[in-house]
Amino acid sequence: MRRFLLPLGIFLVLVVFLAIGLRLNPREVPSPLIGKPVPAFKLAQLQAPAKTISPDDFKGKVWMLNVWASWCVSCREEHPVLVELAKQGGVNIVGLNYKDERSDAIRWLAQHGGDPYAPSAYDADGRVGIDFGVYGVPETFIIDKAGIIRHKHIGPVTPDALQKKILPLMKELERA
Amino acid sequence: MRKLIAALIAGLLLSLAAHAGEAQPVGDPAIEARVNKLAEDLRCLTCMGQSIADSHSDFSTDMRREIRDMLTQGKSDQDVMDFMVQRYGDFVLYKPPVKSSTWLLWGGPFVLLIVGLAVLVAKLRKRDKQIPAAELTSQEHDAAAKLLAGNDQPNETKP
Repeated sequence: MRRFLLPLGIFLVLVVFLAIGLRLNPREVPSPLIGKPVPAFKLAQLQAPAKTISPDDFKGKVWMLNVWASWCVSCREEHPVLVELAKQGGVNIVGLNYKDERSDAIRWLAQHGGDPYAPSAYDADGRVGIDFGVYGVPETFIIDKAGIIRHKHIGPVTPDALQKKILPLMKELERA
Repeated sequence: MRKLIAALIAGLLLSLAAHAGEAQPVGDPAIEARVNKLAEDLRCLTCMGQSIADSHSDFSTDMRREIRDMLTQGKSDQDVMDFMVQRYGDFVLYKPPVKSSTWLLWGGPFVLLIVGLAVLVAKLRKRDKQIPAAELTSQEHDAAAKLLAGNDQPNETKP
């Protein structure tokens, strides 16, 4: 009986490792930008090309940078969540329209329940996206008053993620 | 048969031509060579399991463009790697750096090898001790002596 104990033990350890491995999402690559200053950029606004937008505009505010595109399928899933959040007010939602056509993006907003962004930047060639380490859209960054990235949410923002993680964090940063 | 071979060769040449057309963007061949070399060591984060050199995804195309631009500006290979790691983390590297969080990754196989050898040696020693140096009975002794003397080998032809 005792000689089975060791193989059984090894087997159980393997099962535990595999179980953990299966639960991890390989697409969620931890961002090295957490705790670092938000990358500098100055981009034209999506809706008003003559105006620019830069992280400096939000110094002293807690804000959310949401990377989106009209070609992005899962953005449709999160868009109503963002529109609802914008309606409730109190959260600075800044958009980064990533590798898109301006006209497509504006039409997409109109078709999908409105523009929750205040405002959205227009990153046509994706260079600013690269500075943010964007590799899949949508991605959402939470930035504190000092301009430090505090959290990155990969994939669509779900009501669950919003209530459990993003909003509590933003409230906490707001108090800081 | 010959037609088939000719068709195959034609197909091969065509695909090569198509490939060559795609893989050779305008620019300095020396820089292109460096771009390709760097791209082979970087992971395509949207396609997982492919390098930026292998992949045709949008992400990889952008990355290759970024690398090409940096090299054209006179940046070194190390600058490019640092740029990528700053944005995408160590995960973007196919060969992870040796540091405290990765020592298990690099040292693990050697630790397992040493543990395995130690267990093997210990087991062998234990087994050596378990096999008693058996005493022969007098009968067995006689039989052995006979065998050694060569009297008990009827099948062997004498020289």
